Amino acid sequence: MSETENTRKDTLISQVTVTPSADTSGYATKVDCKHINVSYGDKQAIFDISMAIPERSVTAFIGPSGCGKSTFLRCINRMNDTIESAKVEGQIFIDGEDVNSDHIDPVLLRSRVGMVFQKPNPFPKSIYDNIAYGPRIHGIATSRTDLDEIVETSLTRAGLWDEVKDRLTQPGTGLSGGQQQRLCIARAIAVSPEVILMDEPCSALDPIATARIEELIDELRERFCIVIVTHSMQQAARVSQRTAFFHLGKLVEYGDTETVFTNPSDDRTSDYITGRFG
Amino acid sequence: MGRDMLQSIGHLPMVWMAFAVLAATGCLAFVAGRSAAMGFTAAGTGPLNSQPNYHGYYTAMCAVVPAAIILLGYGLFGGGIARGLLTGELPSGFADFSPIQLEQYLDRVRDASQLDAAAYSGAQLFSAVTERYLTLSGGVKLSALLAALLAAAGGFAYARSRLAGSFRARAQVERGVEIMLFLCAAIAIATTLGIVASLFFESLRFFAQIPVLGFLFGTEWNAQTNADFGAVPLFFGTFIISLIAMCVAAPIGLYAAIYLSEYAGPGVRAWVKPVLEVLAGIPTVVYGFFAILVVAPFVREGALWLNALPFIPDEFLAASSTNALAAGLVMGVMIIPFVSSLSDDVINAVPQSLRDGAYAMGATKSETVKQVIMPAALPGVIAALLLAVSRAIGETMIVVMAAGLRPQITADPTAEITTITVQIVSLLTGDSEFDSPKTLSAFALGFVLFLMTLVFNLIALRVVQKYREKYD
Amino acid sequence: MTDQTAPTRATRPSSFNDEAAKKRLRKRNAAERRFKFYGMAAIGVALAFLVLFVFSIGSQALTAFSHHKIKFDLPLTAETVAPEGVGDTAAIAENVSGFYQLVRENLAERFPEAAADGRERELNDLVTRLAVLPMARATAENPGRIGETFAYSAALSDDLDLYLKGAVAPETRFKSGPVTDVMRTLQNGEKRIVLRGDGAFDRIVSEQAALRSGEGGTILLQSETSIARLIDSSPDGVSVELLTGDLAGFDGPRADVRVIPLAEDARNVTDRQIAWTLALKEDGRLSRGINWALLSNADSTFPEIAGVLAAIVGSLFTMLITAMIAIPIGISAAIYLEEYAPKNRVTDLIEVNINNLAAVPSIVFGLLGAAVFLNFLALPRSAPLVGGLVLGLLTLPTVIIASRAALRSVPPSIRSAALGVGASKTQTVLHHVLPLAAPGIMTGAIIGMARALGETAPLLLIGMVAFVAEVPSGPTDEATALPVLIFKWSTGAERAWEPNTAAAIVVLLTFMVLMNALAVFVRRRFERRW
Repeated sequence: MSETENTRKDTLISQVTVTPSADTSGYATKVDCKHINVSYGDKQAIFDISMAIPERSVTAFIGPSGCGKSTFLRCINRMNDTIESAKVEGQIFIDGEDVNSDHIDPVLLRSRVGMVFQKPNPFPKSIYDNIAYGPRIHGIATSRTDLDEIVETSLTRAGLWDEVKDRLTQPGTGLSGGQQQRLCIARAIAVSPEVILMDEPCSALDPIATARIEELIDELRERFCIVIVTHSMQQAARVSQRTAFFHLGKLVEYGDTETVFTNPSDDRTSDYITGRFG
Repeated sequence: MGRDMLQSIGHLPMVWMAFAVLAATGCLAFVAGRSAAMGFTAAGTGPLNSQPNYHGYYTAMCAVVPAAIILLGYGLFGGGIARGLLTGELPSGFADFSPIQLEQYLDRVRDASQLDAAAYSGAQLFSAVTERYLTLSGGVKLSALLAALLAAAGGFAYARSRLAGSFRARAQVERGVEIMLFLCAAIAIATTLGIVASLFFESLRFFAQIPVLGFLFGTEWNAQTNADFGAVPLFFGTFIISLIAMCVAAPIGLYAAIYLSEYAGPGVRAWVKPVLEVLAGIPTVVYGFFAILVVAPFVREGALWLNALPFIPDEFLAASSTNALAAGLVMGVMIIPFVSSLSDDVINAVPQSLRDGAYAMGATKSETVKQVIMPAALPGVIAALLLAVSRAIGETMIVVMAAGLRPQITADPTAEITTITVQIVSLLTGDSEFDSPKTLSAFALGFVLFLMTLVFNLIALRVVQKYREKYD
Repeated sequence: MTDQTAPTRATRPSSFNDEAAKKRLRKRNAAERRFKFYGMAAIGVALAFLVLFVFSIGSQALTAFSHHKIKFDLPLTAETVAPEGVGDTAAIAENVSGFYQLVRENLAERFPEAAADGRERELNDLVTRLAVLPMARATAENPGRIGETFAYSAALSDDLDLYLKGAVAPETRFKSGPVTDVMRTLQNGEKRIVLRGDGAFDRIVSEQAALRSGEGGTILLQSETSIARLIDSSPDGVSVELLTGDLAGFDGPRADVRVIPLAEDARNVTDRQIAWTLALKEDGRLSRGINWALLSNADSTFPEIAGVLAAIVGSLFTMLITAMIAIPIGISAAIYLEEYAPKNRVTDLIEVNINNLAAVPSIVFGLLGAAVFLNFLALPRSAPLVGGLVLGLLTLPTVIIASRAALRSVPPSIRSAALGVGASKTQTVLHHVLPLAAPGIMTGAIIGMARALGETAPLLLIGMVAFVAEVPSGPTDEATALPVLIFKWSTGAERAWEPNTAAAIVVLLTFMVLMNALAVFVRRRFERRW
């Protein structure tokens, strides 16, 4: 990154961040959102949210259902484009490039920003093809050996390799729920994205599978910028370094997880954390 | 009983009389039952188990049902009984008549008997026979009506004897309603059984005269002259035309469904879907007319043009004025909405989460459709195509009008060919005698047709059901 | 800015500006556009077909909805129209030949040359014999008219009607130059006239040369009511054969020239018939009007007087029976399956059976009708009763499936509420569920009936294809149905059946559109969404 670029970004961060004191935690900003507004038809879902998400850490979005945390997450890889009535305003910079600008193809964007969904959604293909799908369409692997290697690495990183290495040709839909979700995570990391978005990835899973996924998230933090939307405050506290609290489409509080949970600055945050609403 | 009276009864329209009898007995029985129940309350024998109306319904039910059964029996068999009685009485001169001649003669008698006396005062014998028929059918009618009334009275007496304050009339009525509803549902089964039985037994009579293997594997078909019954040319014609139709309908229908469900905005969908459904609503006879008016001449011209090209031998294409291609193309258009609406349902049933997954991987829309949605929807799409094929095989009017009557096996799509359905129609239209192999062969063809479509339908319905279960 | 802060991994695009990735993306986007185009093309093809369909049927039908009639003033003489006495109205109504004789005499009087040339038959073919039937019936109803003059318009023969509508051949018309001299000659025993005029016939010469080198044809010259046929031509004089009228008519004015590029023996109308028709038109006796006969007449073997009325009535009786079978039984079956049926093998069997029955080809139902209703139960052939029974069974699965969907869309909470206040199962269904499902059920039933209205194949097998010239008066009379009539007309040999068929199709489609509109109305007006 050039010198000017860095300065520009630093100034941006200092303008945008809600809690500047807890800003950097040792990492550079990866995703920088500025004045995001989202509306579905006449109904506005997100009101002027700005925040900077740091590199190589886990950021958790928490808040009561319908608060807009998922909607905001889907802005980062422009998944809202697939909903006809959705309208997104504002800028999101990834490494200084505005993803909402016209010359960015969402297809290319999504190869750099992976996503894992609430319900495991493996394609109705074999386990191997599920992982190989992204590398194939993006032309990342040129040979069969490359592809084999990517599949193995991804499955290993997702902690699934040992469980499925003997049945790679069997359909992905035949796995258990937790395995399916790890398959989806492996699928997402197979294209080596820089950011991984997770939309309540454990809500459809049992506690054991959840624990397994949380461990995995913690390992993946070494390499990726992870943003996770979660319903469970305990989960946010366990896996994330930074936490953002959303309420009625607004960003109420954003800071180090520890600070947010132990010493929230906003009454709404403390009310939510102590279970007075939500 | 006077003959004149019977004859004038013979003239009466039975349908309305039957309705009148049933309605009258029903109303009377209802009123009687209801007032009886009111009587119980007035007598103070404690609270009624059921509302008085239900007592009324119960008596009405008991009176009407047996009467209705008798009248229905008359409706189905009455004509046959009168005819049978008359046949037994016919003078010996009629013994020379062949069964089919006799049938036709009796048909004329029956038709004449419904006219005024002046209309059949022609030949003496004929008018005598007609009058006798009128007398007999009047007698049958009268006995049916009397029997119905008697049955109604019996039913009413039975019901009345059971009425009491503690009688659970409502439960009985509801039981009756449920049985009636079940019988209605069972009519669907009865229809299938009727189809299977009629096709099976007539086919059996056919195969008593013509060997099964000769029918299934013979390549000569001259049924009109009762000569050859090798149905392979018909199977071939059906196959070729269905193939052409599917070549039109499958790609167009599928792409239309994909475009409508994945690309089109709500505005386009709101317009295009009903317009496609219009195609489905056009009667097939109209498609057939369109085929002979526009498409068949067009195909013929095209074939003649090709024949005239220097490097193509003359008469290379048959360029017949009715041809397989015209019938197939138009049938294909007819099936488009069928394929597109079924596939549309199937594609829409693919969960949104799969699309999201593909988009989030950075797939384009067409990649999502080709690599994720279609593989997921494949069983359903195959089922839709199977149903469409079954439709094409059984389609009649388009081929009757546009495909022709010549049974031949040829790869030339501009030649005249014939199909199973065309032959069924041409064999059974006009006066048909139910004994000749010619007529019976139509039922054998129908049986083959039924079995073919049955297999396709059952597989398709089963696949669809499995598919639904998977994504529900 | 291509250098990354994050470590580079594999060969994946590391930036939005990676050239290789962009190139690949362009290719992928091209594939995307192609795919989308296929989809649009598919819909385009289907819509284009519909447009072609509407256009071709509609334009054909338009020709049939108007037709030409010849006006006659006929003296109704008692000895011709009522030979058996004025009082015998039944005989008058059936005395077609008497009335037709009046028409023939009238035409012979107008065109004496026909008798002279021995071509009476050609002349009589201008009007079909049966076209006088309405006049005979009107006279029988009002015998007082006998002795008076009857102003009657009879339909022009279908082939001439088509000729006037321009459907026989693409005719060219123009005016010749002024004729200066008319000369009668007798050559090879033919009556020939030579018309002269300086350079008046240049175009005629070239047109005749074109016809001779092509497939032949006729050139007619007309001056008011005089019409002649061209035999030979040169720029300053043509020789013609007079077909009707007199020579004097050609002296002076420019003649109207018609070039009919189709040889006389290749068409169904002769040159003379065309000449007579044109002369009648010139007389002002020929008028083009709406073809009411098409709607008010029964079927006929002559296209110009054939109509759809009997078929409409036949269809009506058939639909009546169909509705009486399919709707009550269909709804009852649906109620049973949806509300009462226990989950067991029998119910499963009924379900599979109904779904399968809905996909059985309609012609198989025709076979059922032929074998069971006609052969086994000896019900009358060709009758709407049997047609209605067959179509009723055919429509039954459709009604059942639609009714079940409607019943299923009523939320279970309604049932719980009714059961909760102590209603019995039957009361719950009849008082609460059925009324709420009624709009959906009715919509399904109407659409099913509209389908049945267009069914043809099963009716052919139970003999409803018989020729029926009388309007049926009940469901057991011999009758035909509208779609069957369309089929029959479409196989007619004469050209005029084509527009007639199209017109009958328009009538059928009108009924179907009305029924579907009713269904849409019911749905929009009464349906509730939960």
